[in-house]
Amino acid sequence: METLTAAAAFAAMALVVPHVLLGLVNKTKAAVGGRRGPPVLQTLYDVRKLLGKGAVYSTTTTWMFRLGPVVGLAATLAAATLVPLGAVPLVAFEGDAILFAYLFALARFVTVTAALDTGSSFEGMGSSREVAFSSLAEPALILTFASLAHQAGSLSLGGMFSPPTGVHSAASTVLAVGSLFIVLLAENSRLPVDDPNTHLELTMVHEVMVLDHGGPDLAFILHGAALKLTLMAVLLVRLVMPVVPGLGAWGTAALGLCGAAVAIGLVESTMARLRLVHVPQLLVASVCAAAFGLLLNLR
Amino acid sequence: MDQISQLLLAFVVFLSLYLLGSSSLTGCVRILALQGACVGLLPLTIHEGGFQPRALLISVGVIVLKALVIPRILLHAIREVKIRHEVEPLVSFVSSLLLGALLIGVAFVLAERLPVPGGLVSNLLVPVSLATVMMGMLMMVSRVKAVTQVIGYLVFENGIYLFGLAISYELPWLIEMGVLLDVFVAVFVMGIVIHHISREFDSISTERLTSLSDKP
Repeated sequence: METLTAAAAFAAMALVVPHVLLGLVNKTKAAVGGRRGPPVLQTLYDVRKLLGKGAVYSTTTTWMFRLGPVVGLAATLAAATLVPLGAVPLVAFEGDAILFAYLFALARFVTVTAALDTGSSFEGMGSSREVAFSSLAEPALILTFASLAHQAGSLSLGGMFSPPTGVHSAASTVLAVGSLFIVLLAENSRLPVDDPNTHLELTMVHEVMVLDHGGPDLAFILHGAALKLTLMAVLLVRLVMPVVPGLGAWGTAALGLCGAAVAIGLVESTMARLRLVHVPQLLVASVCAAAFGLLLNLR
Repeated sequence: MDQISQLLLAFVVFLSLYLLGSSSLTGCVRILALQGACVGLLPLTIHEGGFQPRALLISVGVIVLKALVIPRILLHAIREVKIRHEVEPLVSFVSSLLLGALLIGVAFVLAERLPVPGGLVSNLLVPVSLATVMMGMLMMVSRVKAVTQVIGYLVFENGIYLFGLAISYELPWLIEMGVLLDVFVAVFVMGIVIHHISREFDSISTERLTSLSDKP
């Protein structure tokens, strides 16, 4: 029975929850801007529409280009099995935190190589930016994981991100949450780092890399991006929210995800995008915060 | 209480890092005021024996001076010299952030070795004060504009104040107030000096001060 629940929860998390989360972020942004906004499930409709279309491939591209979206989505799905949504993750072993971080890195690598494969100079520019930013976001993520692993005494995501029970070293938890949130915004091309809505080639970071993909490929990429946002939001929620009495583990997770969506929406509505040269500064600051949190824990 | 003081101390370090990475002068002054307020609140949280009227007095004095008066003077000086940004620091912002992180590590290692009299409430106080002192010094030597150097000096002073808090809580409050008055006078004088430098040289870059000729 437990296996069945876990499998059902995983299916829900992999298929529907990402789009609900994205829809809530967009609804929040629309509400702050005084608009009504698209329906909550709009991105899911988009993905379904794209899946029904055929794909057009440029003659200059090779198999690398077709591999990108498929491997990207597969890596993100594999990462999803490691994340504890309600109670326990589908797959858990010592050291799965490292695998989690590198599955994201793999997804990014294939996206970048697919973008470079098109030979477009704009895509090369976007790839270079994406790689530059993520090379700074990755140390922050790993350092945060190291700090949490030391605190929990376990190298598994399920142990590291168990809901807070008592008050243990508040300062290092706050630092971990802060740097994880910055990593979430940077990795998912959210506003202070990258604008998910912009389509001006000179300013895009993530979007420019997927310009040449269409049809099912684009659907895979969109779904993978939404899933990645969800996974990181789940981790953040597990770190911050204690189990709300009366709601249980699942209710708490759902409530926390709604809260995270509203928080991301508010950040996106209130902040302007940073100048490109200032983005590394923000990311280095988050690396410093994560390193400081680790130091506090190691003492 | 221990959790609150730890949070405040972590916040102080975080604000110093922010100062190292930020180029807007008015933003820097606001952050400095926030740091002053955090440093001012610490005496209230750090004492084991509970609430003391003397701690409240010191706390109010520090907050009024460091979070209200000194930032006002600095903002006034910035308005006078019409400079908004530190454009070209000697060490770039990203490298000074990384250096700052390195200095934090060094401070923690040093604090382990340092023989400090016991009876401290928070074991974070000494490393954080050392880190703040070193980051203030880094800011003083790596920035070109006189205003940012003054801000670095004030961060440095915050660190020294934290260290004083760490080693002897029973410091006579007359000395505490005397030190605060000294800092106040120093910043006041520096504000006037910055104004004079900018009038004399049409710039507050301290690089210009090394040339000896009459003509720029």
